[in-house]
Amino acid sequence: MIQLAIEIPYWGQSLLRVLGGLVAVLLPAGTIVYLFLFKMMSFMQSRLGPMEAGPYGSLQLVAEVGKWMQKEDLAPEAADKSIFKIAPLVVLLSTFLLVVVIPFGPDALFTDFEVGIFYGLAVASVSVLGILIAGWASANKYSLLGGLRAAGQLIAYELPMVLATLGVVIQAGSMNLQNIVVAQNTGEIFGWGGIGNPYIFTQFIGFLIFMIAVQAELTQAPFDMPIAESELVSGYMTEYSGFRFLIFFIAEFATAGVFALIASVLFLGGWGIPFDWFGWDTIDSVDNWMNVAGPLIMFTKMLVLTFIIMWVRFSFPRFREDQLQTFAWKVLIPLALANTAITAIFKVVF
Amino acid sequence: MPEKPKVPGLFKGLGVTLGILKDTIVDGANTVQYPHEKEAPPIRARGVIALHEDNCTACMLCARSCPDWCIYIEGHKQLAPPRRAGGKPRQVNHLDRFDIDYALCMYCGICVEVCPFDALFWSPEYEYSEPKIADLLHDKEKLGEWMETVPEAPELEAGAQKK
Repeated sequence: MIQLAIEIPYWGQSLLRVLGGLVAVLLPAGTIVYLFLFKMMSFMQSRLGPMEAGPYGSLQLVAEVGKWMQKEDLAPEAADKSIFKIAPLVVLLSTFLLVVVIPFGPDALFTDFEVGIFYGLAVASVSVLGILIAGWASANKYSLLGGLRAAGQLIAYELPMVLATLGVVIQAGSMNLQNIVVAQNTGEIFGWGGIGNPYIFTQFIGFLIFMIAVQAELTQAPFDMPIAESELVSGYMTEYSGFRFLIFFIAEFATAGVFALIASVLFLGGWGIPFDWFGWDTIDSVDNWMNVAGPLIMFTKMLVLTFIIMWVRFSFPRFREDQLQTFAWKVLIPLALANTAITAIFKVVF
Repeated sequence: MPEKPKVPGLFKGLGVTLGILKDTIVDGANTVQYPHEKEAPPIRARGVIALHEDNCTACMLCARSCPDWCIYIEGHKQLAPPRRAGGKPRQVNHLDRFDIDYALCMYCGICVEVCPFDALFWSPEYEYSEPKIADLLHDKEKLGEWMETVPEAPELEAGAQKK
């Protein structure tokens, strides 16, 4: 993971990876919940949000987690107990699987995966299974409807997301996320390499589609049909309480963070700064301090992107179910296909 | 008049939320952090009902008109010394008990309106919650203490008739 002078035994490396994974998933989740869900949302409604627990309510999260932990772990009598209990873990698992491929620095990565983005998009859909299981196993009409809506929505928006990613993959010529980062930071815009070539410029349509699809994948408003509280109580989460609800809650915001990290890798240049600035030319010549600066850069980009996600979430009312599907199938997917085709043509011609 | 360029509603909406975010950061929130700072209620706010015991004649009008039956009055007749020397002793109603159960009260204010002797007043005081629901039954001593918080009646408007 991190190149140190001393040799770390295999178990030590694994331990470091597990700890790193926990930090990479839980730290963004906590930051998003406190900074955006508690504070920014309150400020947008002209109130201050939590102020009592810790300075400016910064320990509110600890209190919330404590509250959820001490609640009773209820399961409905008719529920399919064992899979009812597994479902939230499946959802969270997909987040942990997703974070594995994200590079945080030249050497600060969990695994250098040749088909990284392919794998990432594949495991991202594991959460659909968890949500469907939760909806079915709860033995509750609201849960079932919520689960079905979630499945329909996630499948519909997975397609534009994949197609939007395809543009980046074509342009970078690699599915490896590390190579995509390097390609952006060594690239040039029409012969000018001052800021590298973050794909947000060339793939702006792709970026827009990706962010919209992410919004829908995370079931954040205006795409929160699956947990529409005015119709479905709380959708697939209706029957969950205590610790298992907490897992769903963490998974929602951890996934927001991880998707923002992936988006920053794909479109904003990831951990890198343009290699020209320090006279690096390949990944091997990058200085070691980037292993510390890289995660910080990634974290900043993640915050910017989640700010946009949350801003949109707090501003817009919910889509109607048919509008939601129409938007995915009739607008986003054709647009993403066209984007992919044009990118491919440009790649071949130039 | 030159037409303003049309901003799509989507961006307008984002602008509204961002604008309020900015306002809250710059000017502070519209809310009050209650236990630390208190809101000053308007002087005619319906906080609690105060009893001016000397004016009460135990006529029971308030208790009978209360929609929630939350006013309990008990009294007895007794003789009071005559007003003028040589007169007969007067018969007066003495108030033994005057309770308002604020657990039942719905703050309609009918009792205050109906009182013919100006014995009941609205006070804007609102901090009298209790850990035990039974403690919300205020007896006449407690209702009398609220009289201190009753604000002065505002000046009548010019030309208004005073009874």
